[in-house]
Amino acid sequence: MYRLLSKMEVDRRLVGLAIVLLIIWVGFDLASGGRFITPRNLFNLSVQTASVAVMACGMVLIIVTRHIDLSVGAMLGVLAMIMGVVQADLLPQYLGYNHPATWALTLLVGLIIGAAIGGIQGAAVGYLGVPAFIVTLGGLLVWRGSAWWVTQGRTVAPLDANFMLLGGGIDGTIGASWSWIVALVAIIGIIYATIIERRRRLSFKFPVKPLWAEYTNALIKGGIVLAIIITLNAYYLPTRAAEAILAERGLPVTPENLQISHGLPIPLLIVILVAIALIVVSRRTRFGRYVFAMGGNPQAAALAGIDTKRMTVAVFALMGVLCAISAAISSARLQSAGNDLGTLDELRVIAAVVIGGTSLAGGVGSIYGALIGALVMQSLQSGMALLGVDTSLQSIVIGLVLVLAVFSDQYLNRRHSDPTT
Amino acid sequence: MTTDIRPLVEMRDIHISFGGVKAVDGVSIDLYPGEVVGVLGHNGAGKSTLIKILSGAYVADSGTVIVDGKEARIENARDARDHNIETIYQNLALADNLDAAQNLFLGREITDRFGFLNDAAMEHKAREVLHRLNPNFQKFASPVSALSGGQRQSVAIARALLFEARVLIMDEPCAALGVHETRMVGDLIAQLKQDGLGILLISHDLHDVFDLSDRLHVMKNGKLVGSVRTEDVTHDDVLGMIILGKMPQHLLHLAGPGATNIHGATLRPQDTETTGPTL
Repeated sequence: MYRLLSKMEVDRRLVGLAIVLLIIWVGFDLASGGRFITPRNLFNLSVQTASVAVMACGMVLIIVTRHIDLSVGAMLGVLAMIMGVVQADLLPQYLGYNHPATWALTLLVGLIIGAAIGGIQGAAVGYLGVPAFIVTLGGLLVWRGSAWWVTQGRTVAPLDANFMLLGGGIDGTIGASWSWIVALVAIIGIIYATIIERRRRLSFKFPVKPLWAEYTNALIKGGIVLAIIITLNAYYLPTRAAEAILAERGLPVTPENLQISHGLPIPLLIVILVAIALIVVSRRTRFGRYVFAMGGNPQAAALAGIDTKRMTVAVFALMGVLCAISAAISSARLQSAGNDLGTLDELRVIAAVVIGGTSLAGGVGSIYGALIGALVMQSLQSGMALLGVDTSLQSIVIGLVLVLAVFSDQYLNRRHSDPTT
Repeated sequence: MTTDIRPLVEMRDIHISFGGVKAVDGVSIDLYPGEVVGVLGHNGAGKSTLIKILSGAYVADSGTVIVDGKEARIENARDARDHNIETIYQNLALADNLDAAQNLFLGREITDRFGFLNDAAMEHKAREVLHRLNPNFQKFASPVSALSGGQRQSVAIARALLFEARVLIMDEPCAALGVHETRMVGDLIAQLKQDGLGILLISHDLHDVFDLSDRLHVMKNGKLVGSVRTEDVTHDDVLGMIILGKMPQHLLHLAGPGATNIHGATLRPQDTETTGPTL
């Protein structure tokens, strides 16, 4: 089995995680009498995971550079408040309510302030040499306090109608046909990437994977894409919403016409775009290479001429930008911005990243892993909620799972680390 | 050595102190093409600090560095590299989690026309260079943490060669290596010397560098004890220089400011205490 996987050049750890996720899903499905693996629940799961998943992508880079960011939940809080005020109080004075540009301007403001906040923390870590743990622990208090200050504790609502699409919900999906188009693009992308990579290696006469492994890899990846889209398209709008749409389009109300698919929720689409962007950045750009080099040996990185201080600022600023995106998703999902938004998210994010196989010692980390890690955490929480487990017991279980996950990962890694490879 | 050839590198009257401690105090050394020069001294003698000034890790408080007859400003690792000065550090400055090719090109990656990394091209070049150095090298897909000491040293040296180093600084080149691998590095150095590189070997262990070097610069307490040709001295002479700062009698005219047995200077108490009776 291990030899097979290594022939296919698949990350063993990732496969292990996926299997754990599958076991959790099947387990909850059996325990809940078939209510877990349903299009509706999986749709909700994806929307609930989105905010943590986006931040987890950035946290991977932070932890790989041997730092930590404890302030992401608080940053999310203050950014959500700022964006709430911008779209609900400031912009309507000039543009009126629900202007089509409001959501974009709001998000832009959030992204810029997020980058600035992250950049300030990064500068304190990189240039002033204060440990990231302390800087961001301070940041946790500062930004959570600031979140209250933005409106003196008042919850901001209602938000801009277009902005709220970022959170999913009935309108916040792209529908069946667009979902199929996304699937098609993804599958073409997978095939293209496989061919390009193989050609590149062949042109230098490097050893390549056996052809069957290429086919299997591409088939599995394509299969996952199709499975996701089919599932999300199998979740139909509630009858009343569907009737309203049919009336608007002037179509007759028949049982078939009533089956209008949700398709990809916008938050999931955002997660996919963020993840692709960060995977490309971490593997295919100098920036990403330097992040890993700094984590592997900070001295070597500095001696190789890498400006590690500026890199630190950039990595933290990127984290701030992702917090702004997450802030938009979570506040849009709740349709309001409250100053306690994102409380304890730093722990969820770090847990997701660590479960996903990123080493706190730095130098090693995977964005795919962090995404699955986020899904594992959210699945446990949703699954237990579905079974009616007490919130206090949920925390206990999730805490234990976190420790167990890291232990088993280290244990398996020690046992299976093959000295000959 | 040849006096009519211009030195590759000259460091003149270099001073640097850290919090009042004079780590390097008025040291001048030079290096000619095709020459291997050992820089020797105890731990704390200032040899590593001196060399880090040349490789851009520290900036000297005063003094000049002359490369190819022209004064060079070296303020960081990049500047040093621009003058074709490459350093291979004691702790084998490789990022353990990256593979050989990624380490070779760290800081100077090959990118495609869109600015994305071209790993295949880098691996291709890495295979070329590494096979020339070490025909048995195979592990291109594993992180360098999986390599042996000698293989890691090969990667570090290949890294320098890849970027057309003319001056190679090797800090404790054999510290992490076994007998066989030490011999391999010795062969490598001989080969590089043939190619006309100037090589500075930094070591606190005389035996590592005595046989490899043409000349030796010996430092003590931040000062130069003296620069001697290896053929003019014995192991004991050099040990005397390293431990006591004492120039051999027949070479007194070459003594530097750090020598303890000239200008009427006597051995200082702390020297005799730590080393016992004079040699």
